[in-house]
Amino acid sequence: MNRIEDSAVRSPWRRRFLVVGTLAASGLAVGLWRFYREGDRLTPPPGLKAGEGRALLTAWIQVGTDDLITVHVPRQEMGQGITTTLPMLVAEEMDADPAQMRFVQAPVDPVFANATMVGDGVPFRHDDDGWLARTARTTQTRFGALLGVQGTGGSTSVRDGWLPMRRAGATARAMLVSAAAERFGVPAEECVVEKGVVSHPGSGKTAAFGALAVRAGRRPIPRDVALKTPAQFRILGTSPPRIDVPSKTDGSAIFGSDVRLPGMRHAVLVQCPVFGGTLKSFDASAAQKMPGVRAVLPLARTATSAAAVAVVADHHWQARKALAAVTVTWDEGAAAGHDTTAQRERYRTLLRDGDARVYDEAGEIENALAAPPILVDSEYFAPYLAHATMEPVNATAIVRRDGTCEVWVGNQAPTLVKWFASQAAGVDTDRVTVHTPYLGGGFGRRIEMDVVLQAVTLARSLPDTPVQLLWSREDDMQHDVYRPMAAARMQAALDSSGRVIGWAARVVSQSCTGEFSARLLPAAASDAMKDKTTTEGLFDLPYRLPNRRTSHVLTHEPVPVGYWRSVGHGHNAFFAESFVDECAAAAKRDPVEFRRALLADAPRHRQVLDVAAARAGWGSPLAAGTGRGVALAESFHSIVAQVAEVEIVDGLPVVRRVVCAIDCGFALHPDTVVAQMESAIVFGLTAALHGEITTKDGRVQQGNFGDYPLLRLADTPEIEVLIVNSGVEHLGGVGEPGTPPVAPAVCNAIFAATGKRIRSLPIRVA
Amino acid sequence: MKTLTVNGTPREVDADDDTPLLWVLRDHLGLTGSKFGCGVGLCGACVVHVDGAPVRACVLPLEACAGRAVTTIEGLAADGRPHPLQTAWIAHQVPQCGYCQSGMIMAAAALLAEKPVPSDDDIAVAITNLCRCGTYPRVRRAIRAVADGHTNS
Ligand code: FES
Ligand code: FES
Repeated sequence: MNRIEDSAVRSPWRRRFLVVGTLAASGLAVGLWRFYREGDRLTPPPGLKAGEGRALLTAWIQVGTDDLITVHVPRQEMGQGITTTLPMLVAEEMDADPAQMRFVQAPVDPVFANATMVGDGVPFRHDDDGWLARTARTTQTRFGALLGVQGTGGSTSVRDGWLPMRRAGATARAMLVSAAAERFGVPAEECVVEKGVVSHPGSGKTAAFGALAVRAGRRPIPRDVALKTPAQFRILGTSPPRIDVPSKTDGSAIFGSDVRLPGMRHAVLVQCPVFGGTLKSFDASAAQKMPGVRAVLPLARTATSAAAVAVVADHHWQARKALAAVTVTWDEGAAAGHDTTAQRERYRTLLRDGDARVYDEAGEIENALAAPPILVDSEYFAPYLAHATMEPVNATAIVRRDGTCEVWVGNQAPTLVKWFASQAAGVDTDRVTVHTPYLGGGFGRRIEMDVVLQAVTLARSLPDTPVQLLWSREDDMQHDVYRPMAAARMQAALDSSGRVIGWAARVVSQSCTGEFSARLLPAAASDAMKDKTTTEGLFDLPYRLPNRRTSHVLTHEPVPVGYWRSVGHGHNAFFAESFVDECAAAAKRDPVEFRRALLADAPRHRQVLDVAAARAGWGSPLAAGTGRGVALAESFHSIVAQVAEVEIVDGLPVVRRVVCAIDCGFALHPDTVVAQMESAIVFGLTAALHGEITTKDGRVQQGNFGDYPLLRLADTPEIEVLIVNSGVEHLGGVGEPGTPPVAPAVCNAIFAATGKRIRSLPIRVA
Repeated sequence: MKTLTVNGTPREVDADDDTPLLWVLRDHLGLTGSKFGCGVGLCGACVVHVDGAPVRACVLPLEACAGRAVTTIEGLAADGRPHPLQTAWIAHQVPQCGYCQSGMIMAAAALLAEKPVPSDDDIAVAITNLCRCGTYPRVRRAIRAVADGHTNS
C-alpha cells in the first residue's frame, strides 16, 4: 500500500464517506432523507401521537393531565443515566419539577438522530480550527443528521441533546404559558412558571401544567424561543434521583432478555468456532425428537454474523439440551490456524517495516530523533479485549404474515436495528417496529447487529411466532467484536535539560470504523480512508511537542474488532501516558512537574492534573512497597487525570486508591458523572489487571468469567472523584473518558513502587 | 411435576428435573428479576434464597428445590414494604445498567440476615457477584449504611 501522507487534509470527504457513505449507499437511509427537516427539530414526525390524556408539545414532550411530563429520550439507557439527564434538559427550560419527569424511548425518526456521533469521526485534532477541519466537522455533523441515525455512542448524548432538547423544553413552556395567559385573560409576559405551575402574580391565578396541557397542545409551535443562560439554571447541575433506579432494585426493570410475549419460543445457537468459517452440514435428527423442540435451523454466515445452527424450543432449557444433541460439521476456512501469539510477533515486525499513514506531523521529527542528548525508545502492547456485558447478547423478534416485523433488543442504534430487521424479514423499513428495553450493559457491543439479523432470520422461519434468541456467556465471549490488539513504538528525543524536542508514535492495529462499516455494508469496504480511532489519544495530545509525528499501520486479521468503551483512547492512552512517564524518568523529573511543563498551552488540562495531584497528596510519603502513578487523558471532549496508589503484595499489584479529576465542561448531573468515573475506573482496572482475549487454532480461548475475570468488590480501590466545571462551552462526554487513564496510572504507580516498567497489558509483575 | 414455594406461594412446575431453578423462575413462572449472566455459578446475577440461604439459581436443578421455599428479588419486599437494602440502594443510587443488581441485592440481603453488622472484610468476602458497570463502591456504601443504621437503632 502506498504511503498516504496527508489524505485527511487533501480529502476531508473521505472519512465521511467511510462512515456515512457506507450507510447511505446501502439505500436504506435514502427513504429517511425525505423526512429530515434541517433546522426543525421541534415538529413531531408524522404518526407520532400523544397517549390518552396527554398533549404533544413538540416532537420531544408529552404533558399529561396527570401533571406527568414524558420525554421522548432518543438515546438508550445502558447504565449511564441518560434517561434521567436528558429529561433534565427539558425540565430545566420548562421550569418543571424533576419529580414530574418521566421518559419513554423515542421512536425511530430522523428528528431524534445523533448527529454528533458521526460528526466526531473526522480525523482532525479537535483543537484544529482550520477551515478544512471546521468544514469537515460541520459537514459530517450535518450529514449525520441528514442520515438520521439514532445511536448511542462516542459519549455524545448530552452534547447532541444540549440544544434541541433545551429548545423543546423552552418551546413547550412557551406553549403552556400562552395557554395559561389565554385562560387567565392576562398577557403572557406577566406569567411566571415554577415547578410545573404557571401563575400570574398580579391576579393570583395559577394553573398546573397538567391542567393546561390540552389547551397548550392546540397552539402552534412557536419558533426561536429564547433559552436560559447557565446562570439561570436551577435543575441542571443538581443530582435528582435517577428515574430508572427504583425499577432496578425490585426486579421490575425489563431488559431485552426479560421480554415475554404470548406464544414466545426460545432459541439458542452454536456458531462456527473459527471466525469466518461456514456451515458444512449438521444432523438434527436426535434433537428434533426432544421435548419442546420446534425447529432446528441453519443460519448462513453473513458479513455481520457468524455461521450457526439454532434450536428453537418452548423453553430455554429444552433448547439448550437439544442443541447439545445436534452434531455440526464446519468448514473452518482460512482462519483455522490463527494464533494471537504469532500475530503479536507480526505486529512487532510491522512496527519497524509496515507501511504507515501519517495522522499528525509537525516540525522536523527525523532531525530531532537523529542524535539527541537523550533518546527514549520503547515498544508497547495491548491485547484484544471482550466487552463482556453482564447481559449476554440477545434479541426477540416476530415476523408476521401480514408483512410486519417487531423487534425487542437492547441496542445502541435503533435505526440500524430497523434496517437490519427489514433486510432479514424481507419487509420495508416502515413495517418494522423497534422496541428498546433496558440494556444490560452496552460499552459499544450493542451497536452490533449480528444478533438482530440472527433473531429476525429465525423468526421469519416461524411466521407469527415470537422468537427470543439468547446467546450463552461463551457465545458472547467468543463471538464478540473486540477492542483491537495494538502494538506501538514510542520514541522521544530530549535535550540535555530534559525538554522533549521530538516525539514519534507508531501504532499497528486493525480499524474499528473500517470493520464496523464493512459489517454494515460489505460492498463499501475499503482501506482508502483513515480511521481516527486508530490513533486517537496520540495524534491529538495536549502536550507541546514541537517536532512530532503519529502514524499508523493498518492490519487485517480474522478476529473482528469494534467499538469498546473509549475505543482507541483505551490503548493509546496506555502507550502515551506510560511513555510520558518514561520520558520524565529519563529526564529525572517528577512525573507531575514534567507534564505541567508540557502543558504550557493547555491551562484546562493543567488544572485537572493539579486538582487530582493535590487531592492525592502527590509528593507526600508512602509506605514502603507502595507507589503513586499519574496519567492524564483527554477523550470525547472531556479531560481526566487520575492518580493511582498501588501496593505490591507478594509480588502482585493491589490498587488501593484512585483519585480522579474530570473537566467535562459542565456536569449536568454531578452524581452521574461521579458514578461514570467509578464505573470507568473499575472497567479500566479489569482491563489493566486481567483483560486478555487470545486465539489458538483459530478459536478464542476464553469462554466465561473463569478465564476472563472481572474485578470484584474485594479488589475495588477507594475511588474519589473531583469535578472541575470549566463552562458549558466545553461540554464533553462522561461515559468513556474515565477509562483511558486507568491503566497508565496504575502502571506508572508500579514503576514508582518497583522500578519496573510495564509495557504490555494485562499487567504481569514477575 | 414438582412443587416448590416461591415468594410465599406454592407453585407447581412442569419441567424437566434437571432444569436449573433460574429457568424455572424465568420461563415457567414469569419471574424475570433473577438474571442469567454466566450459567455456571461464576457471576451471581441469578442469586435467590432457598430456605433463606443464597444460592446461584443457574446451577441448582429443579429436583433439588422440590418442597423448598424460594425467595426472589420480586419477593424480597415484605408486606409491600421494601427491604432496607432496596431503600439504601435507591438512596445511594447504586444501579447503573442494573442487570447484576437483583443478584447483588439478594446476596447482600443474605449476608445481613446472617450477620446484621458485617465488617468491611465480611462484605468483601460475601459479595463475590460480578458487576461489569463497576457499582462496587456504592454497593459497599449501601450495605454499610443499612448495617450501621442497624447498629444505631
Ligand atoms: S448466572 Fe448464575 S452465577 Fe452467573
Ligand atoms: S449495574 Fe450493570 S452489571 Fe452491575
